[in-house]
Amino acid sequence: MSSDVRFTDFKSDKQPTWCPGCGDFGTMNGMMKALAETGNDPDNTFVVAGIGCSGKIGTYMHSYALHGVHGRALPVGIGVKLANPDLEVMVAGGDGDGYSIGAGHFVHAVRRNVDMTYVVMDNRIYGLTKGQASPTSRQDFETSTTPEGPQMPPVNPLALALASGATFIAQSFSSDSQRHAQIIQEAIEHDGFGFVNTYSPCVTFNDVDTYDYFRDSIVDLDEEDHDPTDREAAKEKILEGDKEYMGVIYQDDDSVPWEKREGIEGDMSDIPDGAPEGAMDLVREFY
Amino acid sequence: MPEDLNWAIGGEAGDGIDSTGKIFAQALSRAGRHVFTSKDFASRIRGGYTAYKVRTSVDRVESVVDRLDILIALTERTIDENMDELHEGSVIIYDGERSTMEDVEVPEGMIGLSVPLQRLAEDAGGAIMANVVALGAACEVANFPIENLDESLEKRFGDKGEAIVENNKEAARLGQQHVQEEYDHDFDYDIETTDNDYVLLNGDEAIGMGAIAAGCRFYSGYPITPATDVMEYMTGRVEQYGGKVVQAEDELSAINMALGAARAGARAMTATSGPGIDLMTETFGLVATTETPLVICDVQRSGPSTGMPTKQEQGDLNMALYGGHGEVPRFVVAPTSVSECFWKTVEAFNYAEKYQTPVFLVSDLALAVTEQTFPPEEFDMDEVEIERGKVVEEDEIDSWQNEKGQFQPHFPTADGVSPRTFPGTTDGAHMTTGLEHDELGRRTEEEEVRIEQVEKRTQKVQTAKEEEDWDYREFGDPDADTLVISWGSNEGAMREALGFLEERGTDVRFISVPYIFPRPDLSEEIEAADDVIVVECNATGQFADVIEHDVLERVQRVNKYNGVRFKADELATEIENTLAGADASSQEVEAE
Ligand SMILES: Cc1ncc(C[n+]2csc(CCOP(=O)(O)OP(=O)(O)O)c2C)c(N)n1
Ligand code: SF4
Repeated sequence: MSSDVRFTDFKSDKQPTWCPGCGDFGTMNGMMKALAETGNDPDNTFVVAGIGCSGKIGTYMHSYALHGVHGRALPVGIGVKLANPDLEVMVAGGDGDGYSIGAGHFVHAVRRNVDMTYVVMDNRIYGLTKGQASPTSRQDFETSTTPEGPQMPPVNPLALALASGATFIAQSFSSDSQRHAQIIQEAIEHDGFGFVNTYSPCVTFNDVDTYDYFRDSIVDLDEEDHDPTDREAAKEKILEGDKEYMGVIYQDDDSVPWEKREGIEGDMSDIPDGAPEGAMDLVREFY
Repeated sequence: MPEDLNWAIGGEAGDGIDSTGKIFAQALSRAGRHVFTSKDFASRIRGGYTAYKVRTSVDRVESVVDRLDILIALTERTIDENMDELHEGSVIIYDGERSTMEDVEVPEGMIGLSVPLQRLAEDAGGAIMANVVALGAACEVANFPIENLDESLEKRFGDKGEAIVENNKEAARLGQQHVQEEYDHDFDYDIETTDNDYVLLNGDEAIGMGAIAAGCRFYSGYPITPATDVMEYMTGRVEQYGGKVVQAEDELSAINMALGAARAGARAMTATSGPGIDLMTETFGLVATTETPLVICDVQRSGPSTGMPTKQEQGDLNMALYGGHGEVPRFVVAPTSVSECFWKTVEAFNYAEKYQTPVFLVSDLALAVTEQTFPPEEFDMDEVEIERGKVVEEDEIDSWQNEKGQFQPHFPTADGVSPRTFPGTTDGAHMTTGLEHDELGRRTEEEEVRIEQVEKRTQKVQTAKEEEDWDYREFGDPDADTLVISWGSNEGAMREALGFLEERGTDVRFISVPYIFPRPDLSEEIEAADDVIVVECNATGQFADVIEHDVLERVQRVNKYNGVRFKADELATEIENTLAGADASSQEVEAE
C-alpha cells in the first residue's frame, strides 16, 4: 500500500456511459475519494457490483472488481472478505438490486456484520430497464408498469437495516460531494458492515425525486443535535419517515466484525502443494 | 459370491435407528470385516418407517442385496416392510413385552426371538438403551464376539462419561445372555473376524474429506438432503486448516459467496441437491463467464421439484450438462463409488483451477448415505496432487499487461486458459463481469471480441479433452458380446451383478464412467459389442442419450426410477430380460 495514492488512481480509463447529470457520477467519485482517503489502493481493494445503471460502477473504477448478477453482490463481497480479510471490500448496487431481488441478502449481510462497505445508489426507480417502479418508489409514482403508482408503501431501507441489527447506518446525497465522501469514509472506517443509502438521482426516468427535491428537503444530521450512538434516537429519526436525513444515523461503537469473532485470520489463497500436513488424521477419524 | 451376512434394524424415525446401526457397522469394521450400509428413510424427523441395513463380509462388498438374515424389529411394520427380503431361517429380534409388539406373528420358517429389550435396558440403567440390548442379542445370533461392540460404544458415548459407556456395555451383555439362556438354538450364522483395520465412511464424508485434502478453504452451503452431510462434515474441520464453512441464507447466496472466495484466491466449494442447483444456475453462468474456478457439488435425489427428498435418482444429468442459459463451458465429474467421491473431488478442484471453469461434481443419494469400509491406504494423502494453474505472481505480471500497463484477465491464449492474479497482487488489479467482456474484463458487444472470447472459453474444454485422461473403469469379461455401461453409484451393484450373470451363463463387459463431460470416447467398445445396455437411475436414460449421440447408435436401456437404488440380483435379472428382449422390463421395476 503506498501513501501517495490519489483518488484518480481508482479511476479507470473507461468513460462512463451514464446519462449526463446522473447522480451515479457523484456517488462514484465520493467512493473513490473515500478509498484513497482511508489509505487504500487499487491492488488491495475489491469492488463488487450488482446489475443496473448503478452496477456499472466497477467498470469505471480501477481496482480488483466483479460485476455479478442482479441482486447477489453482497454474498460475493462476503466471500471475498472472508477468504482474504486484508482486502478492502466495497459493494455497490441500486435500490432495485439491493431492496427488491437482493432484499434477502441485504437482511442477512446486515446481520452478519462482516467488515465491508455497502453503498446503495438510491434513485427510487429502475434505471437500466428504463423506468419501472422500484421498492423505494413513492406509492403514487406512475411508471410504465405501475400506471397508477405501486399502491403500496415504499421500503424504508434504514428501518430494514436497523431491524436486522445493523451496526452502521448512514444516508448521503451524491451531489453534496464533500459530505458524501466523508460519510462513505466513516462507513469504511467502521469495524463491521457499513451501510450507506445514497440518494443518487436518475435524471432520465424520475421527475419526482430530483436534485431539486433532495436539495430542498434534505436535513443534515450534523446540524441537528443527533447522537448516532443513541439507538433510540436513531430509531425515532428513521421511523419518522417524512424527512430525508443525511449523515450517520446510527453507529454501534462496540461493533466487532463477524470474521474477527469467528477467528478468521489469514489469506485463504495460500495452500500447500499437496494434502495438508497430518491429513491422514482425517482418514483415521473414521476408524 | 462373498460369504455375507445381512442385518438390519428398523423402527420409527426418532427411535435411534441410525446411531444403533452405525454402532454395529463400526464394530464390524473394527473387527476387520467389510461393511456396506444402506438406509431406508422417509422425509420426516419423527414417526414413519426407517431402517439401517448392514451387509458384511470378509471380502469387500459393493452393493446391497435382496436378503435379510437378522432383523431387529422395533415396530411390527418393520417386519412387513422387509417381508420380501426375509427368508427361511431369518432371525427376527423383537420385544414381545411391548404392548404394540404382543401380537407379532413371526412368519413360517423364520425364527422369532422375543427379547425384553426395554426391561433388560432398565436393568442396565435406563430404557433408552433398549437398542443396545438388541445389538447384544444380535451378536449372539451372529456368533460375533460381543467385545467388538465395546469400542464402538465407547466412541459413541465416550463424551457422556464412563458410567454411560459401562451401562451400555452391560445392556449389550444382558441382551446376549438372554438369547443364550432362553433360546437353545444353533443359529446358522458365524461372523468371522480378521486382523484388518478398516475405515468406515459415506460418500458425502468422502467428498468433504477430499475437498479438505485438496486445499478447499471456503465452503458455503444451505442445508438440503442428501447434501447436508458434506457441510456437516466440513464444519469445524475446514477451520482447523485455516478455512471457514458458512451457512448461507439460501443457495443463491451460497454459490455467490463461494464465487467471491474463489476470486479472492481460495479453493472454494458449495454442495446442494436438485432444487438448490436450480437456484444456483444463474450464477453458474457467471462463474463460467468470469472464468472463476469453482466446485459445485450436486448430490442428486428424486426430482423434479421437491420430488422425493430421501430417495435415489440420477435425474440431474441433463441439468449438469446443459443447465443455464447461453452456452457455458463446464466439466461434469461423477464419482462411481464412495472412495471415488474422495478422489474425484480432488480432481475436480484441479480441473477448476487449471481451466478456470465451474466443475460440477455430481454424486447421488445412494453414495451419500452408503457407508462403506476401506483400507485407509485407499485414501493415501501422499497421492494428493494440487495444480493451481496459471496463477501470476508479482514478478511476472508485466508479461500479462497490455501496453498501457493493464492486467488482462481474459487474455486469449492458445490453450484458452488466461493468467490469473489474486487480489492483493501489486499491479494486477482488474475487473471482470458476467457481461460479455474483452481481454481486460470490460463489457463489450463488439462482434470480433465476442467471438474471440466464446472461442477462448470453448478452447479450454478442447485443451482439457486433449491433456487429461478421461478414463473409465472396466470390469467383467473384456471379450464379451454384451456391453453394459453405467455412471455414478451403479458401479458396485453392477460389479456384483456380473457374478450372478456369470453363474447363469451370461458374460458381460462392464464399463463404469466417472467423467460425463468431457467423457471417454466409447465408440470402439460399442462397435465391438453385439448388445449395449446403459444402466441408470432415471426414467428416460439421460446418459444413454448422450452415449447414443456420441456414436449415433441405438443402445438398450435399463432404468429404475422408483426412488430406490439398484440391487445386484435385480440388476442381473433386468439385464437378462433385456437381452432376451422381454418387453417392458423396466416397467416391472417401476411397479415394484
Ligand atoms: C434476474 C434478473 N432479472 C431482471 C434483470 C433485468 N434488470 C436489469 S437492471 C434491473 C433494475 C435495476 O434497478 P436498480 O437496482 O434500481 O438500478 P438502477 O438501474 O436504477 O441504477 C433489472 C430488473 C436482470 N438483469 N436479471
Ligand atoms: S437512466 Fe437514470 S440512473 Fe441510469 S444512467 Fe441515466 S440517469 Fe443514471
